[in-house]
Amino acid sequence: MRFYVERTLRAIFTVWMAMTITFGLIRLIPSGPIEQMRVQIVRTNPQLTPAQVQSRLQDRAERLNLNLDAPIHEQYIDYMLGLVQGDFGMSFQESEPVAQVLGEALPWTMFYVTTATVMVFAVAVVWGAVLAYKEGSLFDSASSSVSILASTIPSYVLAFILLLVFSYKLGWLPARGKTSPLMQADIASMTFLVDAFKHSILLIASVFLTQVGLQVLAMRGNSIQILGEDYVRVARLRGLADRRIATRYVARNAILPLYTGFLTLIGFNLGASIVLEQVFRYQGIGWYMFLGLENRDYPLVMGTFLVYTLALVIAVFVADLTYSRVDPRVKQGDKSEAY
Amino acid sequence: MKHTDSDSASTDGGFSFDAGESQIEVTRSERIRTFLRQYVYEPAIIAWDDWRTRIGGVLVLVYLLMGTLGVVLYPVPTSNQVPRNLQPFESMEAPLGSNQQGIDILGQAIHATPDMLLMVLAGAVWATAIAVIVGTVAGYKGGRVDRAVTTFSDVMMSIPGLPFVMVIAFIYQPTNPLVIGPLIMVNYWAGLGRSIRSQVLTLREESYVEASRAMGVDTWKILTKDIIPSMMPFVLVNFAFAARYVVFAAVGLYYLGVLPTGLGNWGLQLDRAYNDYSALVGTGQEYLIVVPLVFIMLFGLALVLLAQGLDRLFNPRVRTRLSGESEADITEDDDAVSKGAM
Repeated sequence: MRFYVERTLRAIFTVWMAMTITFGLIRLIPSGPIEQMRVQIVRTNPQLTPAQVQSRLQDRAERLNLNLDAPIHEQYIDYMLGLVQGDFGMSFQESEPVAQVLGEALPWTMFYVTTATVMVFAVAVVWGAVLAYKEGSLFDSASSSVSILASTIPSYVLAFILLLVFSYKLGWLPARGKTSPLMQADIASMTFLVDAFKHSILLIASVFLTQVGLQVLAMRGNSIQILGEDYVRVARLRGLADRRIATRYVARNAILPLYTGFLTLIGFNLGASIVLEQVFRYQGIGWYMFLGLENRDYPLVMGTFLVYTLALVIAVFVADLTYSRVDPRVKQGDKSEAY
Repeated sequence: MKHTDSDSASTDGGFSFDAGESQIEVTRSERIRTFLRQYVYEPAIIAWDDWRTRIGGVLVLVYLLMGTLGVVLYPVPTSNQVPRNLQPFESMEAPLGSNQQGIDILGQAIHATPDMLLMVLAGAVWATAIAVIVGTVAGYKGGRVDRAVTTFSDVMMSIPGLPFVMVIAFIYQPTNPLVIGPLIMVNYWAGLGRSIRSQVLTLREESYVEASRAMGVDTWKILTKDIIPSMMPFVLVNFAFAARYVVFAAVGLYYLGVLPTGLGNWGLQLDRAYNDYSALVGTGQEYLIVVPLVFIMLFGLALVLLAQGLDRLFNPRVRTRLSGESEADITEDDDAVSKGAM
């Protein structure tokens, strides 16, 4: 029980910290966003009086849920209350609430990021285990070499190669967008699903192909290590079936160290989605983060950052809860003494 | 032996636990020679034996040369220095072609190297150093310190790295590569610190560490003399991976235009080629994208090969199994087990 309370508190703490960071970045840095916006307003409209500049600035600050006249701690409380109620402010460019823009975009990003990451792990666990058993064979060294080669580029660099080959040279897959233009978003229609899937194949492939290699190698290394453990030898001596040893004794223990990697990988993939979505002009949340960065649209940038954090925190939380079922030691916590 | 006794033991001139105080006189040149032999010559020979470290090492050396000598020897890229839209290998003026502004592509790529190297070095050193400190202290001290440090790094781990970096870079607009590197790694250390912690958790139960503890050696000395040296292989491997991450993230940040465009970068080249020159859309200028791509790929390849090779170099399990020694071990042990059973 304590385990669940702790994890929940930690998740909440993380989100609170991310919110505070955004507030601090906007409000507390000398010559930060507010000053930069003031400079921009003065530069674009030199004829304005200082009072007019101030009122325009206030307009913009309101879109960030900030009241510049209030004392700083009140601003902080108002800002946090706004965020808790799901109010991420108004986008400068889109003239829509940020929450609405991102709410529409988030499922698309989550769809391909989770599909790709789960695929990476499914394939890595099976393939890595097989390689461990066939260690030293031609299949092993070939697979290992290919794995290394594939992991030498980031997903967004592979994206260019895939685009060049499959979209521009062969013309098999669409090069941009999350659906074809004029496609009606209707989750029940088959044409829509097929179209959306086609648009996401290259994104999934970019993420999957660049990451599966290192995970396969990690799984292979873990399995080799565990194959040499005493308890596996004892299991063999007891005459247990090979299949049982492979799944219960080896694979189960070899997967555990991959877990931390899984968490960092989801985080990394979410982050990399900003670049990837720019390359594919895929209107997920990464695309809006890019738009925000390009147009200096502070509410959009901060909002996207918070949505990314939320998504990752939830993913970590779910993974934590499921992991404690796989590895019962986690729940008991670390009882080791201090030195 | 009690904690306080250890001081008198080393001062009464009788027996000393400190191996550094050996009786034999060693001249400085001899010591340097032993050091070089142990830490430079022998690892180099073993490293050269493995094709991964060999290729990785040579590639890293090439990038280092490019970043130092290459920048001096190769002309600085400027507009209209060569005819526009040269194809690769068309003219020796611009061996890998030129873009629509008449800028030599190869020159651009070469002159982006030094800043990249600085970023990679600063970022990877910073991230691994923090991770080692955090991981060893948390893992060794255990208890409350461990709890506090682990919770904090868990929180850092659940803040998405790249978006976080972008938000900070967006507001601060850093221009110094020595700042950009550590900035990119702002929360990378957390994950690495955790895996170092779990290594330390097993290491601290080793008998030689326990022996030091029983002798009353102070914690700091145990950490620096006993624990950290035996983790160096793991740390080095992860240093290479950290370096690879810096390259990838920096390229991404430059591609998106988050970082100021004053510095040349492969990511910036990709951005221009793809978004400004539409190099992929059948204009026959794919090389504008391919050249920086190759530079990124080879650098990534060098770092990953080095990491893999180092892993092999240091990891006795992988090494003995590869040379077939462990097979022999297993049969011997099996014999021992069966004899014991009888």
